[in-house]
Amino acid sequence: MDIFLVEAIVNGILLGGILALLALGLNLIFGVIDVVWIAYAELVMCGMYAIYWLYAVHGVPLPIAAPIAIVFVAILGVLVHKLIISPILGSAPINQLLATGGLLFFLQSFATLLFGADFRNIGLRLPIVEVGELFVSFARLLAFGVALLGMLGLWLFLKRTYVGTAIRAIAQDREIMVLMGVDPSRVYLITSALGGGLAGLASALLVLQYDVHPFIGLSFGPITFMICVLGGLGSMVGGFIAAFIMSQIISVGGFYTSIELSYVLAFLLFIVMIFVRPQGLFGVKS
Amino acid sequence: MKPGWILLGLALLLPPFLPISDYTLHIIILVLLWAFVYTSWTVMGRFGLVSLGHGAFLGLGTYTTALLWNHYGLSPWLGLPLGVIVAVAVALVIGYPCSRLKVVGHYFALVTLALTEVVRLSIVAWRDVTGGSLGMTPNTVPPNSFEAMQFTRFTWYWVALAAWAIGLYVWHRVDRSMTRAAMDAISDDETAAAAVGIDVTRQKLAVTTISAAMTAVGGALIGQYQMYLNPETMAGVGVSLQIVFAAISGGMYVILGPTVGAVLTIVLQEFLRILFGTRFIGAAATIYGIMLILFIIFMPTGICGVIVDKLRKRRA
Repeated sequence: MDIFLVEAIVNGILLGGILALLALGLNLIFGVIDVVWIAYAELVMCGMYAIYWLYAVHGVPLPIAAPIAIVFVAILGVLVHKLIISPILGSAPINQLLATGGLLFFLQSFATLLFGADFRNIGLRLPIVEVGELFVSFARLLAFGVALLGMLGLWLFLKRTYVGTAIRAIAQDREIMVLMGVDPSRVYLITSALGGGLAGLASALLVLQYDVHPFIGLSFGPITFMICVLGGLGSMVGGFIAAFIMSQIISVGGFYTSIELSYVLAFLLFIVMIFVRPQGLFGVKS
Repeated sequence: MKPGWILLGLALLLPPFLPISDYTLHIIILVLLWAFVYTSWTVMGRFGLVSLGHGAFLGLGTYTTALLWNHYGLSPWLGLPLGVIVAVAVALVIGYPCSRLKVVGHYFALVTLALTEVVRLSIVAWRDVTGGSLGMTPNTVPPNSFEAMQFTRFTWYWVALAAWAIGLYVWHRVDRSMTRAAMDAISDDETAAAAVGIDVTRQKLAVTTISAAMTAVGGALIGQYQMYLNPETMAGVGVSLQIVFAAISGGMYVILGPTVGAVLTIVLQEFLRILFGTRFIGAAATIYGIMLILFIIFMPTGICGVIVDKLRKRRA
């Protein structure tokens, strides 16, 4: 087989890890609070700038800068819920989507205001790993590994802890849980913090591979929503598998055509899938 | 017709003759053209069909017109209708299954979002023909060429005014039609509406077609006026959200709402741009973003919606 094709497939798998992490965070919020954070990828952008600012501008070592960024984005997540979502939780779902759309504009332009529209790089060059004839970037391998660990951690949290059980229960039935004496607003806050934290983790992994600029969110935001819906709402396994399907389409499709056309293919697949299987690959028909 | 309306109509024809700067006239033309596009969006947006895909129709309209002119020398007067046909065809291909399979709410928003990205990325990918993300310029001919739909700013004012007025007229006709009553029922409860005999798909496709067609016309006109097309500003998520937000902040349930939205967003943007200059790039959009969030939280019916409400209460 063509070595470049193998490389495209490997890179697709590695990209899939990060997309899965992002889709998982969004899926959690979508599934539990029933809100689409259109600005989710912009939160990732905030995390990337936080790391850039700490590491490249102020010289804070990465192992310290990354956790700070994760906490920072988690706090942002809580703020998004407190300030934007919870005042309009009762109104039409589409309003919540649009309100976070306003947030998208705000974050993009605020980042432009603070850092300008230039592409910023943290200036860290990680080595390239050579496996046989294959060259794989270490940053991508690291990102893949950490993303898997992050997902495993979240899975354990949801399955093994009391709060995690409450989160899953709310996702299953919003009305009944209130009758059982669970305070949904607290669960929503924890979920928002978790979603934000996952975005923060993704930002720490992405900043190793990509330059950060105010509009970077637009390059992987839409695809994250598509993965989330494609996998089926509330289905973590579905989102995980959908992430790898999409990343293969993008990576291998990009190998045969161009990167834009591969995204076109991915979006078209999404549109068709919504019509054929609206509940997603692994979702349960309601 | 009341004499007041005729006077208002005549007054609207005046601006090019008034001693205003070229820049002011330019802003007025932009406001009129975008107000037309925003009005087009509300034709379907007001019935709960919140499309994040109008960037697609805008892009299809403008690029079809400009590409046919540049590559085949086809006059925009023929290219524009073709662009409208393309946009409507795409709207139906997406709209029909959406309606039949009851893709609504979040899912409708996400499908249309995917659609607009498909159009933007296709334009970028087809860079040999479209100029890709660098954008393209329609081939110029001496100014005020009717065939090329390239006018002086003086003439453009009336073209923009006519488009805007037609947009308002269509909005008004839809507002008074049976479709409006049917769509109101559908957006309340689709199943109940179908049960009383409303052809849900037919009604939805009717407003979708009108909306997509008008948006494509608006896109083509804006492209011809600016003489520059860019996939980021004429297709894609960015412009789709811009359309939705301007329409909502102005008020999508009132005829002049989208126009107020256009005035507000464009004038605010220009005002802040002049105020801050280039020292604070992004300041204008930052303030705009905060305003949008506040609008959706505190006045989801928009400026005009709130004003109309106040007037009604006073009368009662």
